Amino acid sequence: MILLSPAWTSLLYLAASVCFILALRGLSSPRSARRGNLIGALGAVIAVVTVFLSVRLANIPWILAAIAVGSLVAAPVARRVKMTQMPQLVALFNGVGGGAAALVAFLELDHAPDPWLRLAIVFTLLVGAVSFAGSAVTFAKLQELITTRPILFPGLPVLMAAVLVAAVAAAAVVMATGSTALAVALLVLGLAAGTLLVLPVGGADVPIVISLLNAFTGLAVAASGVVLGNVLLVVAGTLVGASGTILTRAMAAAMGRSVAGILFGAFRGGSTAGSTVVSERPVRSSSPEDVAVLLGYAQHVIIVPGYGLAVAQGQHTAAELAQALEARGITVEFAIHPVAGRMPGHMNVLLAEANVPYESLKEMGEINGEFKTADVALVVGANDVVNPAAKSSPGSPIYGMPILEVAAARQVVFLKRSMRPGFAGIENELLYEPQTSLLFGDAKESLAKVLGAVKAL
Amino acid sequence: MDGMSLLTVTVLAVFVGFEVVSKVSSTLHTPLMSGANAIHGIILVGAIIVAGQAAEPWLLALALLAVVLATANLVGGFVVTDRMLHMFGRKGPARAGRKGEQP
Repeated sequence: MILLSPAWTSLLYLAASVCFILALRGLSSPRSARRGNLIGALGAVIAVVTVFLSVRLANIPWILAAIAVGSLVAAPVARRVKMTQMPQLVALFNGVGGGAAALVAFLELDHAPDPWLRLAIVFTLLVGAVSFAGSAVTFAKLQELITTRPILFPGLPVLMAAVLVAAVAAAAVVMATGSTALAVALLVLGLAAGTLLVLPVGGADVPIVISLLNAFTGLAVAASGVVLGNVLLVVAGTLVGASGTILTRAMAAAMGRSVAGILFGAFRGGSTAGSTVVSERPVRSSSPEDVAVLLGYAQHVIIVPGYGLAVAQGQHTAAELAQALEARGITVEFAIHPVAGRMPGHMNVLLAEANVPYESLKEMGEINGEFKTADVALVVGANDVVNPAAKSSPGSPIYGMPILEVAAARQVVFLKRSMRPGFAGIENELLYEPQTSLLFGDAKESLAKVLGAVKAL
Repeated sequence: MDGMSLLTVTVLAVFVGFEVVSKVSSTLHTPLMSGANAIHGIILVGAIIVAGQAAEPWLLALALLAVVLATANLVGGFVVTDRMLHMFGRKGPARAGRKGEQP
């Protein structure tokens, strides 16, 4: 049904594009973030209504049914997912978006007479398929369906190179002839390339890869916009591709790593694989009661939550402990490293979910000066982000990564599962310092025991 | 739209994309990634267009699959981002409650 003239269609698409720009801008500041997201959703609604009113469409009942199915599957999952599992859900949504872009490009192949148009098609096919398969692998890693350690096998670089060469060859032929069979082959090669790209990435680097694949999907959507001659898709896809690239670089910078190093480090062997060797050096281990006394009679406590806290889902217990300490008149702050949790900013979401007030969450730059006035720094399930090796030993893989300077605190307490080194696989000298004590166990259980002991003081 | 205008729009969009997120704090990296992820779900528009043109059943089936996937990306993306940001929004009342508990 065509109710809208081309001019009105363009105007409405422009309105939707402006909504998306305002959405990204809104999401960049805490006060306007939620409104920004709603503006983005409004833009999407405008765009979808516009396409129904401006293009002659067959199969409308089928299309509406498919939209209903997609919404009915995705909305409840998005609403119910645990916040700790949210990164893998984002990966999953990203992957299906890439898959949709690849399918759209594939179906347009018959309608593309021009080789340049077919160039946009092969680009969308390949990048969409890489994003789909790569996201599926990151999902499997985050959900721990497969190991979070880098998966490497001999010949991986050769296989990857072969897949890429074959993909470029297939792309060239599809561009020249428009062959459907080779387009299918290109899709398969894209899936293989996406899988091989992400398999060697270590668990700690997976969030950066999600962000990168997010930018990839954006580019695929932009290219599909070129294929369909749809300006909205070009603008929205390009926006996501550009902002996703910036975001990926910002995340990598926060971890002191380069994007190329993350993707290709494993191929060269110098990856985040690290060692799992348990050290034999003596440490001072401590009981929950000792930790409770340290905390309960302090004046200023800084809690450093890390990946281990997120995995143990101990954020609520950590928040309760902070409340119990505050009730005793103690100043409690949370020091959030930019990459704490499973994704940058993930820890903020988890703690916000547990009702920790926003003012208590301090970013690294803000809190680092305060450690020297802190009586106790309580490090819960974090390791690499407080490892002084990042500052002192130039040979270390994490050298150059900004860290939280917990060593400046009068006492340091680590809640750790074991003496196993962190993701980067480097020993933490701080563990052996005289002001450091360790409480071994699951982060959530340890926190619960300490909380009980604090309440009993 | 002709190729040159499309190129102009694309280049401008690249700069807008760089500019709007350049000053984001690391606190909001995750919601921003999730929000951007929802935005590329707009591929739904493309999926609807190809589904509306599909003449053969197997083409329609593939196009409808694309519609389902794109809708999941779009709807799921905005819902999960909203939930994340809702967590941030709850801070005001939560804090007041905690202050009230103190003697």
